[in-house]
Amino acid sequence: MEPIISPLGDCALTVTFGSSINDATNNKVISLFKVLKDEKLPWLRDVIPAYASLSLVYDGIMITSDTKGSAYEFVREKVRELLGKLIIKNGDSAKAIEVPVCYDLSFATDLADMSKNKGISINDLIDLHTTKLYKVYMLGFLPGFAYMGKVDERLATGRKAIPATNIAAGSVGIAGEQTGIYPLNSPGGWNIIGRTPLTLFNADGVSPCLLQPGDMIKFKPVTLQEFDKIKREQ
Amino acid sequence: MSIGILKAGILDTLQDGGRFGYQYHGINPGGAMDIISAQFANLLADNDKNDPVVELHFPASVFKFNEDHLIAITGADFEPEVDGKPVPLNTSIIISKNSVLQFKKYKSGARAYLAINGKWKINEWLNSYSTNLKAKAGGFKGRALIKDDVIEIAASSWKINSEATTVILPVTSDYVSTPIPDNVIRCTEGQEYDRLKDSARKILESTAFKITSQSDRMGYRLMGENLSVVNNEQLLSSAVTRGTIQLLPTGQLVILMADHQTTGGYPKVAQVISADLSKLAQKRANEEIRFELVSLTEAETALIEQFKTFHLHEENIKSQLKKLRT
Repeated sequence: MEPIISPLGDCALTVTFGSSINDATNNKVISLFKVLKDEKLPWLRDVIPAYASLSLVYDGIMITSDTKGSAYEFVREKVRELLGKLIIKNGDSAKAIEVPVCYDLSFATDLADMSKNKGISINDLIDLHTTKLYKVYMLGFLPGFAYMGKVDERLATGRKAIPATNIAAGSVGIAGEQTGIYPLNSPGGWNIIGRTPLTLFNADGVSPCLLQPGDMIKFKPVTLQEFDKIKREQ
Repeated sequence: MSIGILKAGILDTLQDGGRFGYQYHGINPGGAMDIISAQFANLLADNDKNDPVVELHFPASVFKFNEDHLIAITGADFEPEVDGKPVPLNTSIIISKNSVLQFKKYKSGARAYLAINGKWKINEWLNSYSTNLKAKAGGFKGRALIKDDVIEIAASSWKINSEATTVILPVTSDYVSTPIPDNVIRCTEGQEYDRLKDSARKILESTAFKITSQSDRMGYRLMGENLSVVNNEQLLSSAVTRGTIQLLPTGQLVILMADHQTTGGYPKVAQVISADLSKLAQKRANEEIRFELVSLTEAETALIEQFKTFHLHEENIKSQLKKLRT
């Protein structure tokens, strides 16, 4: 599909590369995202990657003061120019980030129900989660919340009809074919299967978010003792 | 130099123009709901227009000033009083050491802005002083102001040279942000506007919508006639902006405001034009609005015109203050 460029209000636009979640489409999003970040354009206020689209938020007044024309048309031209010479890069599996997760039932509040509903043992579900390499497609919903995928179809589970009111920070969840980690305590509808001792979001950190769009992730099972040890080191 | 909070308001936070460059982290820009009023307050207080201000909802905090300060109050009219005497909005005011500023009664609007001359001694977070309540970062300790808070501000050069407790300077702004009827909010077609049935488009463009009480800095939940779509296919999450009008599965609308999440999966049927966002920010629960669909060209033109008018008033205020300083 040819990328489609459309306005997102009068100070932003969206480049749409596809309509489903898959690595090939998201690689295009992430490739353009990285190019735009590196260009350091003075009128570009934000670049927001999503599953199959990339949005640019721009300073319309700055652009029109310089060009005297439509800010949208100016940015659209720039995007077309960059798309014309875009080199699509795949996620780098060699640089996969290992995320320790404790799947103890005290943390994995929905795992027992999932196992019962699917007729698959808890250990098999954990294996399905930890043997795959996942791509961070985008961040959204909360600071540092990474949408990752795609999980094995045997593990995939729809969002809960009644969301939980307070999911602990670090909780690892499943929603459809996606997996994600809540960076802060939050209400939410994802099925919780474990918890990571890592800090996903730290306002005081050099980079506030541990995970970035385009990162490759592998989950590693750890015991409760290892969980506590890593948590203390954070 | 400091100000103290004698009594907490319902939601008073430090805000500026917002935090840009981090939405790919899921960190939304936030910032003042009515950016135009916030900027004017700063200009009248002889600050840079993008300096932090206190955004006030009603009932608002009670402030004690521990030194003479040049201030300005803009936006909503909450009937401000200094030591029991009314002070005007949209005007430069020097108030004296030990003065108490209160907001007596709700009169109109939704958010008021208090600018205080000088440099706030608060921490910048990711290039902005705006408060991010979700992340608990930015602004004053990442939260709303509470009783007994003390906020430090670097010394101001504006002092009262008399026995007066309050000096109203002859510096004011009569800026009006838009000439069109008060409850009309202009918007452009959203990416999923085509999903609306013809009947729904008519409803969107010709009926009134009420802002329900489930409305806040994150977004305004509207109530109106149900809107039907031709296509119910699930959408992938994608970026949204302040002003994005989403259609919920219930057939009702939500307008995303300053504290919106960075991405969303509901159809984006329209987008409030940037030039009308400040006006929308002054609408309260139970007020009604109507939408007027305009072209992208009209939206861009409205923004530039607003900026040009703003700039004229900005120059005017700066020159008035310059004369007084000498």
